Amino acid sequence: MALTKEQIAQRIALELKDGYYVNLGIGIPTLVANYISKDINVVLQSENGLLGMGPFPLAGEEDPDLINAGKQTITALPGSSFFDSALSFGMIRAGKVDLTVLGAMEVSQNGDIANWKVPGKMVKGMGGAMDLVASAKNIIVAMQHTDKQGNSKLLPTCTLPITGLKCVRKVVTELAVFEIIEGTFHLTEYAPGVQIDEIRAKTAGKMIIVDHVAEIKLQPKAGLI
Amino acid sequence: MNKTISSAEAAIYDIQEGAVIMLGGFGLCGIPENLIHALVSKGTRHLTCISNNAGVDDFGIGLMLKQRQVKKMISSYVGENAEFERQLLSGELEVELIPQGTLASRCMAAGYGMPAIFTPAGVGTEVAEGKEVRTFNGKDYLLEYAFEADFALVKAWKGDTEGNLVYKATARNFNPLMAMAGKITIAEVEELVPAGALHPNEIHTPGIYVHRVLQGAGYEKRIEQRTVRNN
Repeated sequence: MALTKEQIAQRIALELKDGYYVNLGIGIPTLVANYISKDINVVLQSENGLLGMGPFPLAGEEDPDLINAGKQTITALPGSSFFDSALSFGMIRAGKVDLTVLGAMEVSQNGDIANWKVPGKMVKGMGGAMDLVASAKNIIVAMQHTDKQGNSKLLPTCTLPITGLKCVRKVVTELAVFEIIEGTFHLTEYAPGVQIDEIRAKTAGKMIIVDHVAEIKLQPKAGLI
Repeated sequence: MNKTISSAEAAIYDIQEGAVIMLGGFGLCGIPENLIHALVSKGTRHLTCISNNAGVDDFGIGLMLKQRQVKKMISSYVGENAEFERQLLSGELEVELIPQGTLASRCMAAGYGMPAIFTPAGVGTEVAEGKEVRTFNGKDYLLEYAFEADFALVKAWKGDTEGNLVYKATARNFNPLMAMAGKITIAEVEELVPAGALHPNEIHTPGIYVHRVLQGAGYEKRIEQRTVRNN
């Protein structure tokens, strides 16, 4: 069984370690906040100027001056701080944020990422994605394994305009988990019941299977939002 | 130095056709609503607008777009506006998309009196085309220039008559950076107080950067993505 989007988020939640500052992108990455273990302390950074992002507010308690980078109403936890956009990207650029989780349209075997522009379609902009991928120490991509036409999104080289070069460390899709090492997708985990042949067929980039390849485990629902 | 000005119309009296203006805000959060309305009423055209986003169809910079007042937008993300898309595709509107952190740093550089910055954002992408690349400690960086803007229009939570400003929560975003960066900075505030009412420890933007401060009125503070939890 391929993972649902929620399950992709559940798997990525296992990557969050005690003491991490984490930036979660829009889409599947946002869902990761639902599965952060109660046993660890993690601080969420929102690049519009908040460290210590809390859950969505209760109805009637929304504050229009308090939103996340997806422009959703949000809350601030005890110990949080607000700052301007230059400081926000300053802490990202300076490597203070331990983990960034992003969506992507394509990832290449050497860790390039494309996620901001499709030629011929309306271009909405890169927002903070280029800043994040250029500086983050550890980038995990959450995405579907193939596009709507069934084409692999894990490629030898990106075909879409690049967002950043050689920056993605790990990719989690509905079928598998890969580490990117020395220009190769290393298959480390597969979704329950998914055959490795299927993963191989849907991975266009160079792929090897690690010796200790295992079934994906999921973080139970526990978390913040 | 009393910098208060009595109306939004008076505050923008010298914004001419073709001016380069910065507008604070992230999405619709922390945008200078009163000053935008005044610009819409005045109808000033051929503006170049530096702003992270371009509003929505019927609010924020979207109101200026609807009246074809904007010649060029310099933004990081412009997704939420159908009229914007129409003007872009028809060639009526020029758009320069730049990374959000680069946008912020180019404002900051202007306010710090620095002509340029180096950033890794955009290296190896089409953003880098035509730009100088320098390598520091084995990593490549793009040279990006400080913005030059005729006016900065910003929104603060509280301000005093000296032009000192305090922002609230994530409505801070680009506002203090743009406040530092405008040749003339016009701030509208929710609460205008006498000098001395704000403690010097709490000031985010020192009044030296602010030329005019306006008591705003009728804030709508529209929410783009109202999201709540159940329990």
